[in-house]
Parts: sequence; C-alpha cells; structure tokens
Amino acid sequence: MGELRLMKGNEAIAEAFIREGVDAYYGYPITPQSEVMEYLTAERPEKRTGMVVLQAESELAAINMVYGAACTGKKVVTSSSSPGISLMQEGISYIAGSEVPCVLLNVVRGGPGLGDIQPAQSDYFQSVKGGGHGDYRQIVLAPSSVQDMYDHVALAFELAFKYRILVLIQSDGLIGQMMEKVEIGEQKKRLSDKEIKEKYDSWALTGRTPGREHNIVTSLELDQAKQEQFNIHLQNKYAEIAEKEVLYEEMEVEDADYILVAYGSSSRICRKTVNLAREKGLKVGLLRPITLWPFPEKRIAELAKRVKGMLSVEMSAGQMVEDVKLAVNGKIKVEHFGRYGGMIHTPEEVLEALETKIIGG
Amino acid sequence: MADIKIEDIIKSENLVFKKTKLFTDKPLSYCPGCGHGVAHRLILEVIEEMGIESETIGVAPVGCSVLAYEFMNIDMAQAPHGRAPAMATGIKRVYPEKYVFTYQGDGDLAAIGTSETIHACNRGDNMTIIFINNGIYGMTGGQMAPTTLEGMVSSTTPFGRDIELMGHPIKMTELVAQLPGTCYVARHAVHTPAAVRKAKKAIRKAFEKQKEKKGLSFVEIVSNCNSGWKMTPVDSNKWMEEHMFPYYPLGEIKEI
Repeated sequence: MGELRLMKGNEAIAEAFIREGVDAYYGYPITPQSEVMEYLTAERPEKRTGMVVLQAESELAAINMVYGAACTGKKVVTSSSSPGISLMQEGISYIAGSEVPCVLLNVVRGGPGLGDIQPAQSDYFQSVKGGGHGDYRQIVLAPSSVQDMYDHVALAFELAFKYRILVLIQSDGLIGQMMEKVEIGEQKKRLSDKEIKEKYDSWALTGRTPGREHNIVTSLELDQAKQEQFNIHLQNKYAEIAEKEVLYEEMEVEDADYILVAYGSSSRICRKTVNLAREKGLKVGLLRPITLWPFPEKRIAELAKRVKGMLSVEMSAGQMVEDVKLAVNGKIKVEHFGRYGGMIHTPEEVLEALETKIIGG
Repeated sequence: MADIKIEDIIKSENLVFKKTKLFTDKPLSYCPGCGHGVAHRLILEVIEEMGIESETIGVAPVGCSVLAYEFMNIDMAQAPHGRAPAMATGIKRVYPEKYVFTYQGDGDLAAIGTSETIHACNRGDNMTIIFINNGIYGMTGGQMAPTTLEGMVSSTTPFGRDIELMGHPIKMTELVAQLPGTCYVARHAVHTPAAVRKAKKAIRKAFEKQKEKKGLSFVEIVSNCNSGWKMTPVDSNKWMEEHMFPYYPLGEIKEI
C-alpha cells in the first residue's frame, strides 16, 4: 500500500501530475479548480522533478502553450473549468487535427455563460460531442472520487500517447473541492530529451535529427481529397478506441429490473439510491460510465435486453440520456432525471424519480 | 568565337550566390515581388550559418506564411491564428536549450494575437519573433490590418482607412520595446540589397540573443504586398519607402 493522504480532488490531481512525471502545466485561474495551480506552485515541482508550471495570460494562451509543448513529445497538461474550457475549444480542435497527445482537466461548474461556481455535469455535450469545429473525438474520463482524480492521470497519459489524442478528465466542483482519503503512487521519472527523441522522433518537434526529414505538426491540408483521407484516418483511429478502450463500473446489475446510469458525482448519489431501493425490495442496479467517450453503448444495449427500464441521472438538463437512448434503441423505457445549474440531487429524489418516471410510468 | 561550355562558367570560384540547404525544393507560394521569400531565406541562412538546424523549432500561424513549414527544412508547427507566441512559449519552456522562433504577419501579431504577443514579450520568453508588416491581410484578399496606414485603401476600407472610425495604425514594435522582457527590438526591410544585409544582421543578432538567454528578441520586417496593394512590385516598393517607412521608421530600436 502506498502513502495515504487526506486531500481535495484538485490537490490530488495536482500531486498526480507531478508524480506521473509530467513535463509542463500551463494554466489560468478559475473557480472551482484554482487549487490545481496553487498546489503545483506551492509544491515547487521545478525542484522536485524539473516540471514547468506557468500561469498563462488566458485560457487561449494556456491551451496553445499546451499545444506547443505537446508537439514536442513532452507530457503536458492544463486544467480549467467550464467557461475556460469553452475558450480552449479552438486549440482543442487544432490538437485533434494535428494528432498530438495531451491531457486536460475540466472541473465542471454550472452554466451557461458565467453560470455559478457550484458542481454541474452540463458540459457533457461539449466534451463528448465535440465543442470545437470539425469531425473529431477526444477520450473523456469521468472520475467519481478523489482517488479516481489521482489514478486517472496515469491512465489519461497512457491513452493520450497510445493514440496521440487529447484526453479530457471531466470532473466537477464537488469532486474537485471535497476531501477524501487518497493513496499516492510512486514518483515516476520524467523522460529525458534523449529518450523522447528515441521514442517519438517519427513525429515530434525536437529539432531536425541529422538524416531525417523535418517533422511538421499541422492541422492544415488544402487539398480536399487528402483532407478527406486524413479524416478517414482519424475516424478509423476513433473506431479502434471505441472498440478497445471503453471503461465502466457496475453495482448490483446481475438481478436488476431497473438500471440507473450515472457518472462522476451523480454516480455517488445513485449508489445510495440503489441501497434505498433494495431496502424497499426494488431490484435496482447502477451502471457508471468511466469513459464518457467511448461510451459503454454495447453494455447498455446488452442490459436493455433483460431489464425493464433505465434512468439517466445527471447534474444537467439531460445530455448523457441521449447516448443511453441511442444505445437502448427503443427497446425499453429510458428517462432522464436531473438537477442542474449547480444543484445536486438527493438519493431520495432519484428514487422518487425512478418510481414515478420508470417503474410507475 | 571561342567555344564556351557551361562547365567553364559554373565553377566554385565564380559562385556568388546559392540557395541555402535549409530551403526545401518546394516552389514558394508567395506572389512574385513579395518580401516573404527573402525574409524566409534570411532566417534559414542565419540558422545554417549558426549551425543550429537540428536545434531549432519554428512556429508559423495563419496568414500568407501559414505554409512556411513547406519551405523551411526544419522542425515546424503551424499555429492557430494569433497563437504562435503561446505555442512557442510552450515549446521553449520545455526545451530551454533549443532555438525557437515565430514568423507572424501583422493581422496575426497585431490584431488577433496581440495578447499572446505582448505577454510573451513581457515574460521575456527567451525566443525570437519575426514580424512581417505589410499593412494588409494578404492571404484573405487584402482586408484592412491593424497596421494599415491612414487613408490606405484595402478591400474593407475601399475609401481609405478612416481614423475616426477605425483608430490609428498600431506600432507594435515600439510598444514591445517598452517592455522589460524584450532584449532586442529592431525594424528593417528587405526591398534592396542594402536593406537585406541589415535585416539579416538583425535576425542573426536576434537568434544570438537566445544563446545568451537575455529575453525575447523581436525583428519587424516592413514589407510590400504588391498583390494586396494592387501595384507592380517596383511601384509597391516605392510606395512602401514613401508611405510605410515614415510611419514605421527602420532601424535598431532597443538592445540589452
């Protein structure tokens, strides 16, 4: 067992950035995730590992600093919250279009617009359907605990470099701000410049190695036939990810008549709802998507063959429910229950919604 | 008449000019008469002469020079419009020993990317910005730029730039020279052999400053845009001397 600490989600993930051997963090303050950069600067990672931490002049600049460093094969990360992530969408689309690996954290808050600073899950569409322009995808991980915040960093970088893709860790103000016990892993070594050159010399901008062609990182292709071919290449990559990288967790689904589908903070509340329902003799289970994209659509389709109904529970006006419905494809009843704008549902409210919308409905 | 063969003429002792090996063999996409080609050559010659081609990373954003990576045989990134300084900061901070430069036009550097430019200069990021100022958006067909002169006709100021409506042309180079983060700031041109020699010297100095780790080095090159200005190359250079240079005077502005 590793070292145990009591930490906020935002602090745990900042510690994970250092221990993962990340080369650079570029960010801009925004509530409710400012602790990430505050923790990093207080920890002096430049002394601990040589990691660069730089406060940018805007989220626009931060994502483009990330883009620049990601072009060089370095491990780079930024964090923000909803309005800041909106501002980053241009860079996110360029990153997708030039296939460089990097990791982002969105500690989601209520919206739209400036909204509020309370937890929400209303950025699902932006994260999963593509907030920027063009046909692109990004892997989206949804932590549901402070431990997940820590553990998802290593997973995110593994996937980012495996597929040369942006991986978004989609948290929210609840998981970012609350304190829980977290097990801290070993310090990983940062790769040396030489190791980076050996591993990524086929694409990374490290200075033209004598004997090789110059490397170019661009999202531009003026020949539309070639651009279509590039898009086909991207779609094939996304199909491979959708096939291989789906992650989800289940609770009491074996004998379930009804399934709650919920991720992140909502899934924590739904755990309690499952217990309350079981006490009442209702066979209710929980499916928690860990990857929001790729979505566990095959598993949901399988479950739809034998359960009577599903309730998508989100801190939004109903976003993930569209993907649940697509996966279920009309076979059983699917409804949405949400609190939003920074409000969080109680386990009792969820049970009542299940009883009125699905069981009795 | 003596029979002269081509081999008798092309001898190493007769060689007065050759293409730097850091140019790729792709034909330049710039309009004939435009200053971009010469500016590219000067940067590449400096990199070759300093022997730093395997240590240099360039960033070129949206604009006429968005395809600079096609011509420059060094590792290069293409940046979103205005964001080249931020990308270059991202690169330089993780590779402090490499040479990093951006190559930006006036719309890019002085309009959409003003914030990124000012803040990179203010932080004193140890890199070089090459700023091509031709007073117009060339790539998109000659619209008004922040550096378009008063009264100058463009496709979005068909009756000339009206200062009351659009404000004054911005002097970014003087502006960044005010910031303690910049170590070398100069403005040159590439329209005559003498100007080219001075511009090359400035670019060399800008790259040398990176070696000395003194801060951000910034070289503006005032250029013509004969297509956008709807003039012949010769006329556009004359117009540039008569109108651009008085407002954007050439010379060394700051050196630390």
